[in-house]
Amino acid sequence: MIQDLVVHLVYIGYALTVLLLFGTVLTWVERKQAAVMSDRIGANRAYIRIPFTRVKLIWWGLFHGMADGLKMIVKEDWKPAVYDKFAYALAPWIVFTPILLVFAVIPFGGALEPAKLFAGIPAVAQWFGEKTYQMQIAQLDGGLLIVFAFGGISVIGAMLAGWSSSNKYSMLGALRAGGQMISYELVMGLTVLGLILIYGTFDLTAIVQHQSGILLGFLPAWGVFYQPFAATLFMAAAIAENKRIPFDLPEAESELIAGFYTEYSAMKMGLFMFAEFIEIAIIGALFTTLFLGGYNLPYMSDAGFLLPGGHEIPLPHGVVVVIQLVTFLVKVLVMSSFQILIRWSLPRFRYDQVLMFAWKFMLPLALANLTVTVVAVWLLQ
Amino acid sequence: MKLPPLASLPNPVKSAFAPSAEGGPVIVNIGPSHPATHGTVQIIAELDGERVLRTDVHCGYLHRGFEKECEAHTWHNLIPYVDRLNYVSALINDFAYCDGVERLLGIEITPRCRYLRTLLSEYSRIVDHLTCIAAGLMELGAMTAFLYLVMIRDYMYEHLADLTGARVTYTYGRIGGLARDLPDGWLARLAEILDQYEVFVGRVHGLVDRNRIFIDRMRNVGVLSTADAIHYAYTGPILRSTGAPRDLRRDTPYLAYAELDFDVPVGIKGDNYDRYYVRMREMDESVHMIRQLMDMLPAGPINVADHRCTFPDKALVYTEIESLINHFKLVMDGPAVPAGDVYVAHESPNGELGFYLVSAGGGVPWKVHCRAPSFVHMGGVHRMLDGYQLADVVPTFGSVNMIGGECDR
Repeated sequence: MIQDLVVHLVYIGYALTVLLLFGTVLTWVERKQAAVMSDRIGANRAYIRIPFTRVKLIWWGLFHGMADGLKMIVKEDWKPAVYDKFAYALAPWIVFTPILLVFAVIPFGGALEPAKLFAGIPAVAQWFGEKTYQMQIAQLDGGLLIVFAFGGISVIGAMLAGWSSSNKYSMLGALRAGGQMISYELVMGLTVLGLILIYGTFDLTAIVQHQSGILLGFLPAWGVFYQPFAATLFMAAAIAENKRIPFDLPEAESELIAGFYTEYSAMKMGLFMFAEFIEIAIIGALFTTLFLGGYNLPYMSDAGFLLPGGHEIPLPHGVVVVIQLVTFLVKVLVMSSFQILIRWSLPRFRYDQVLMFAWKFMLPLALANLTVTVVAVWLLQ
Repeated sequence: MKLPPLASLPNPVKSAFAPSAEGGPVIVNIGPSHPATHGTVQIIAELDGERVLRTDVHCGYLHRGFEKECEAHTWHNLIPYVDRLNYVSALINDFAYCDGVERLLGIEITPRCRYLRTLLSEYSRIVDHLTCIAAGLMELGAMTAFLYLVMIRDYMYEHLADLTGARVTYTYGRIGGLARDLPDGWLARLAEILDQYEVFVGRVHGLVDRNRIFIDRMRNVGVLSTADAIHYAYTGPILRSTGAPRDLRRDTPYLAYAELDFDVPVGIKGDNYDRYYVRMREMDESVHMIRQLMDMLPAGPINVADHRCTFPDKALVYTEIESLINHFKLVMDGPAVPAGDVYVAHESPNGELGFYLVSAGGGVPWKVHCRAPSFVHMGGVHRMLDGYQLADVVPTFGSVNMIGGECDR
């Protein structure tokens, strides 16, 4: 029993570290990538000086995220003259917390067998016994449902923030956020339904394990090859969910100043920003899990590689665990970088166009995709 | 004249529409402290949800009494002031103003100066259009396209700083000539920048021209008919975007424009997309003109040899008494402009930039009036805003290219 607690505490620590690290590192990635895209050098001024020396660690501006965080924390927490105190203080947390919670059900590695891992130290190995643990904080049968349930909560935070600030721009931003996020939630759900039909489960670990096979004799059995259409729609809907350009109307800074968080300052505003960056990573993680084979490399499962043509390459458990952890992080980083690429290439939609796009374009496409999937699954059975 | 008591005058800002107590449309104040209104314009909008029912546009937040101030300075001293009218293309203001004073004086500028002023006017026009388009794209969220355009604009600013010593407000024109001749290698660098311009602007064409989101945002938004444009005295790219090929460079040639080969691009329906594209095409035409002018540029002096306005050589000022006195009189009294009045209009990037100058004789103007295109354009902006979405206010207002300096003077 105590062993379970230890393992899960380690998992939770790992997940929190990864998420908060992604939140800070992605601010840097965003700046650097935007700079590269527009032929600039990018942020490179923040540094850490090693005490009592003249050595400055600049590391390509990697410390800018830290500098930002520090700035947000020490800034004056300015509040509007008239506002709803309770809702105003609550809103950033309602946006921020569910996003962290979503990660609880996302598997970031395969099965962990502590006994094998600590084979060199018999005392530890014995203490853990024969138990195996999935590398996932909460292995739930309805994992995907939890993702949508928590994902849907943050819209309440955005609306609360806009409503409680007693500012017309914030109010408009809140209305936009509500309309947009609820519309795209629907599209996102429909795109994933096709996958669920194919895999026959809501359990994210099972979905990942499904994807370590081989499709048509040579392709890795990734969701993106089963459902390329759904993958594209899911990505678009997810970016809309995260309210980033081209879907950033709730906070469109040239029209609504900062939309629903116009009246927020210091770390309260920082929480909204931080939530946005963490959500980039979460979307990357979800996309990786559902469509890109999760924590596994192509043709890889917990036992090792099974290449097309039947070649087997078994791997020791420790190596598998490391490969899976690193693969997952790299895939998430690549998908996050892809989202940043989109954000820096496109202009912004208009409110009516964004809703039109959801209801008249993406929803019919998602439904068509679902219909085709249903027919295909039915025929193949 | 006796003014009525202040309380009986309508409040100039909130008069247009008051919010009603029992619901109805929402009144939103867009500006002057709003990222899209340059801090100098207030748009009071009546909203039904996201739709703008009607707007009331106020300018004047940057009024600094330019025209009155001009009456207390010599003709020379005004050059830095006119720089600050349209500070994005200050050179064109300089040249238009100097042109006016030269006509009052009856001076013919030297050929090199004439070609150089034409070249620099077109260069300034590119800078101005780059700024306008870049800001418009940024307001739509297309940051990368914005940065491409601003980067090439910065090359131009640096290049102009090499020539004039300043990046934005150059004070480079002089009555009867220019402040100084081109430094060595300036034209070679100019050719380089024009090549880079094509690369950067080509990228922007690729990024947005046929981008579905961009077209949806710009097409059929902020439509202005030719009749309306003429009715509200629109000039420049906005008038041309409605399809009327009115361009002072073609219709009333000044400087060296009569000798140049260029097109006047026009739009088809006068919406935001047309305004964007007309500006893009005009920049290409300007590049074409600059390349012609680089070949045509003759050698020779840049200042006319006229003691009434041209400063004597500094070496002579220190060595001979006539030049010293000439210098003293030009600085203290100003150029002796004969009595008379003149209206000069140049095609500025925003439209017809006119200077109406009245001299009562002597070194100080009697009256200087500036016909600033931005100010005239602000009169009809509500025609482009009413009935569209709140989000359309921003790109439409951006495409009008209101420059606070010349609008509010």
